[in-house]
Amino acid sequence: MASQSQIYAGAFADPVFAAQSVFRCLMDGFARPGTIKHLETTGTPPAPLSVAAGAVALTLCDHDTPIWLTSALGKSAVPQWISFHTGASATVSKTDARFAFIEKGAAFPGFDQFSLGTQEYPDRSTTLVIEVEALTGGQVLTAKGPGIKGETEIAVKGLPDVFLEFWTSNRAIFPRGVDLVLTAGDRLVCLPRTTRLSLKEA
Amino acid sequence: MNDLATYNFAYLDEQTKRMIRRAILKAIAIPGYQVPFASREMPMPYGWGTGGVQVTASILGPKDVLKVIDQGADDTTNAVSIRAFFQKVANVAVTTRTKEATIIQTRHRIPEEKLTEGQILVYQVPIPEPLRFLEPRETETRKMHALEEYGLMHVKLYEDIARNGHIATTYAYPVKVEGRYVMDPSPTPKFDNPKMHMSEALQLFGAGREKRIYAVPPYTDVVSLDFDDHPFEIQSFDKPCALCGAEDVYLDEVILDDKGGRMFVCSDTDHCEDRRACGHAGHMLAHQEAAE
Ligand SMILES: [Zn+2]
Repeated sequence: MASQSQIYAGAFADPVFAAQSVFRCLMDGFARPGTIKHLETTGTPPAPLSVAAGAVALTLCDHDTPIWLTSALGKSAVPQWISFHTGASATVSKTDARFAFIEKGAAFPGFDQFSLGTQEYPDRSTTLVIEVEALTGGQVLTAKGPGIKGETEIAVKGLPDVFLEFWTSNRAIFPRGVDLVLTAGDRLVCLPRTTRLSLKEA
Repeated sequence: MNDLATYNFAYLDEQTKRMIRRAILKAIAIPGYQVPFASREMPMPYGWGTGGVQVTASILGPKDVLKVIDQGADDTTNAVSIRAFFQKVANVAVTTRTKEATIIQTRHRIPEEKLTEGQILVYQVPIPEPLRFLEPRETETRKMHALEEYGLMHVKLYEDIARNGHIATTYAYPVKVEGRYVMDPSPTPKFDNPKMHMSEALQLFGAGREKRIYAVPPYTDVVSLDFDDHPFEIQSFDKPCALCGAEDVYLDEVILDDKGGRMFVCSDTDHCEDRRACGHAGHMLAHQEAAE
């Protein structure tokens, strides 16, 4: 059982300005895919939710946004913490989820199991918040698309091998598709569905 | 307006900001697509930029420097009142200088000065739907966007050419974003369309009455619709600005007297002042100096 202090503590100290500052990192991150954003203000969510993933939840989730959690997160104090601080409740249905949280090293459902939006309303898709080992030092991928001048590189560490395959399929169904926030500690990288990733040629 | 001081930071409650912020992120992820949002009543009438105001209120923070323009000018009633509103409800720093601003809210123009990385341009949009004049039903236009059915739009533009010899649509000239969505650039002159293409700045669009938010991320393809035999062309002006001598800028006609005297000056007042401060002078200014 989660202790009371794990659930009631750990929100933003200054909710209005913290949410604004985290949102601007997310907005800038989605506008410039691949850029590593450092969150200046965060809360302290219960393990195994990272500081950055917790900040995303505090900034964007509320009673209008059902959230999907991995089984490990579901068994932790995280669902009660998110629910207490944001009003968002957990759902077992991936297609109902507006946000999905995946902790470091957790097995990864295919992106097409989540809500992809419809052709008429492609915005009604899940945003996945995935904790990784590190945002640098991993396999180098070339990224192209809106928000990127020419091309850029991302080298996220700790993504499963199937990631690139999942992402390529997600890109292929544009304008539908999920969007990703990759988190590591108090940092994050955003990948909107428009970003095309490929293995960097040696 | 005094009781505004007791309102939330930037006027909107946190729940509304969250909803708008989520819409903005999805808008950036689907460039040119109109995201529906639950527009709120603002303490100003529709037509005064309530969509742009809600977008600005949802992104604005204490570190921002805000510029507000209406038809290129910082000193029109609309621009002044929106600027005053944000000074009051968010205590935000304001400027008229394009290069100093982090957020520029605009109606009907894009600044002449090239926007840079880190700047955000927020457009006030009256009618976000570029296909509205072809099809009044929202369900139908949504289907047309979903199926990428833009043939009618092309036909209409082509008829425009047949009737007028050129494309008569000079404002809100439709663009295609990243090769996918046809988008209304808001009632900016088509002169400004090329500035949207591969802009370094993030462009956000808010339509309050119509409850839509859309976006163009930086470094994104924005192409004005045209035809092989009738390529897209922007307006050109015969003379440079009468005050600062600028060429290749958008000019407004100003009536000087009741005897039909008139001159053409920069619509972007900050750009014009900046140039004059740097020593550039158009013919009107040169005349004045000679007379003094
Ligand atoms: Zn001028």
